[in-house]
Amino acid sequence: MSVHAHPTTPQFSANAHRAMGDGNLQEALARLRVGFSTRRAAAIADLPEFDALRDAARDIKIHTLAHLDLYIEAYEQRVKESGGHVHFARTAEEARRIVLDICAAHGAKTVAKGKSMISEEIALNDALIAAGVRPIETDLGEYIIQLRGEMPSHIIGPAVHLTKDQVEADFRRAHTHLPHDRDLTEPSAMLAEARAVLREKFIAADVGITGANFLIAETGTSVIVTNEGNGDLSQTLPKAHIVLASLEKITPTLEDAAQILRVLARSATGQEMSVYTTFATGPRRAGDPDGPQEYHVVLLDNGRSAMLGTEFEDMLRCIRCGACMNHCPVYHAVGGHAYGWVYPGPMGAVLTPSLIGVEKGGQLPNASTFCGKCEDVCPMRIPLPKMMRHWREREFERHMTARPQRAGLGVWAFFAKRPALYRLGTALAMRALAFTGRTTGRISKLPLAGGWTATRDFPAPQGRTFQSQWRDRTKAKAR
Amino acid sequence: MSAREEILSGIRRSLKATGAEGPRRAAVGARLAMRPRGVVPARGRRDPAGRTALFVAMAQAALATCAVVTSPQDAPAEAARFLRDANLPARLRMGADPLFADMDWSATQIEISHGPSDGHDLNGLSRAFAGVAETGTLMLASGADNPTTLNFLPDNHIVVVSADDIEGDYESAFDRLRALYGDGLMPRALNMVTGPSRSADIAQTMLLGAHGPRKLHIIVIDAAG
Repeated sequence: MSVHAHPTTPQFSANAHRAMGDGNLQEALARLRVGFSTRRAAAIADLPEFDALRDAARDIKIHTLAHLDLYIEAYEQRVKESGGHVHFARTAEEARRIVLDICAAHGAKTVAKGKSMISEEIALNDALIAAGVRPIETDLGEYIIQLRGEMPSHIIGPAVHLTKDQVEADFRRAHTHLPHDRDLTEPSAMLAEARAVLREKFIAADVGITGANFLIAETGTSVIVTNEGNGDLSQTLPKAHIVLASLEKITPTLEDAAQILRVLARSATGQEMSVYTTFATGPRRAGDPDGPQEYHVVLLDNGRSAMLGTEFEDMLRCIRCGACMNHCPVYHAVGGHAYGWVYPGPMGAVLTPSLIGVEKGGQLPNASTFCGKCEDVCPMRIPLPKMMRHWREREFERHMTARPQRAGLGVWAFFAKRPALYRLGTALAMRALAFTGRTTGRISKLPLAGGWTATRDFPAPQGRTFQSQWRDRTKAKAR
Repeated sequence: MSAREEILSGIRRSLKATGAEGPRRAAVGARLAMRPRGVVPARGRRDPAGRTALFVAMAQAALATCAVVTSPQDAPAEAARFLRDANLPARLRMGADPLFADMDWSATQIEISHGPSDGHDLNGLSRAFAGVAETGTLMLASGADNPTTLNFLPDNHIVVVSADDIEGDYESAFDRLRALYGDGLMPRALNMVTGPSRSADIAQTMLLGAHGPRKLHIIVIDAAG
């Protein structure tokens, strides 16, 4: 069974530990740390209106979510008018059933798939295979991880965790019809090979499945944003096109989509604009020489309508650009697979407990240094750290926090409620720590903090407590 | 209750709304009708010559190549030059766009074919109904004039755009689209294309020509050029 159905999220600590020791992964992550953030910063420096666009994009989503029921109705009406079909799915199971029924109606043997996180969320490939339909991932990164039987490790770069040599080995294993002695040392040779292998599969596919970056209410249009062109081939060549999208992709107008597009690519890859932004409206028309004969949209809820009106509503603004994980020190250290399910990084830490339950996903909101970088770079200004704190509170309320941690918090709370005792205790502890580290300024072993000091030293305090310094400075200012 | 009704009523429960509120319906109706523009970057606000220059610079930054010719009649020779310089066979597949039909291709050695691509054409030719200067983006609409498959299947894509059709920003190009198709209506496929196909999925190395064209050559027809 795949990770989709059985998240390894509850084993986050063990996953993370393993990831830190994985040489290939660490090599890939070292490249990621520099590449994405440098390119994003350069793109933003070139657009003086970037921050104003972030505000505009955030406000569009806030307005849309507050009127979501009405925009969904308007969108559905427009899709019908253009000859398409909208299918509502409450759960992953319902969404899979709708897709399988459409495939069955077309006698589909193979399905060409554009990159879709919703497809991952509902574990569609497992269901297609079980029904005798062969799913072919056509995004190069998705294709590579499909060959490996893996989950995407990043929402925009599914194979970002792999080195060139690993991909070469996968291609040699999978493409056995090609000469054994062919030269695949250059990534360009591998790209050409994948292009040729997948081209034949596109043309043979009976049904095409894509995700959507936006569903536009004004026109009943689905929008995909890609760099490869695979999504376009997936939705243009087969007889039927199925769009998988969740409720919050609804966007009122073309103008609103333009606002969000201006922050999307810049935040994601640092491009001014992705190569292909495609607006699809209904099936092939009279006189059309190409395009699908049927156009279906599967509109998935899967817990999202219940997030509206809660402290997690802001998460529904997410446009899946990946900036939060590209700038996250935790993601940088452990990569995406450690998160154990579909959505990694800070956005995954907030979304995963909503979708698979805090019982399974509760470790993720704890995997944060609360440095705040994710919120700083989020184009939709989603308060990710705040929402991680909300999850921690829920976890605590449900008595899911580990006993030593609860006990520790209990001890802290005892002192925090008694300020005089707290001041005395911290002053004494501070002196003791300063004494312990008096020679080197560092402490290599601490009782009850062995987990921390096992891999790094604890810096010894150099002066007085924060509170006493604060008191003195406030006094100095008053003078 | 159907899935549709249950989802809509779930949303309304969460929003503490019924869906019948006048002010909410009015807000939605107004946005869909008025289509507020939001923040439009200043960089596209230029005179026609400035827009064309920015369009060319941005398209080149996105790794397309560009040539400016002064008349539609010069486009076939420029297409031929591009194919020759790239060592490509002198074959070109195109749709029924009247602009191409009016061009004289006989002076070139190019072997012309018409209609959508089946995936075995090396070179395709299309006309963009608009260009957007702010990012060097082409806008192509589906139909018999410019089949969508020509935008993606051939290895090399030549796109002709008139300088008169180059707008400063996406919003102005959307207005142009509405003038062509009507309010709230769209072609089956609207492709916004910014540079040739690429992927960085192997070892985070950016390479051109993933599934779509490896080369994108833009011919701008500019009488003032």
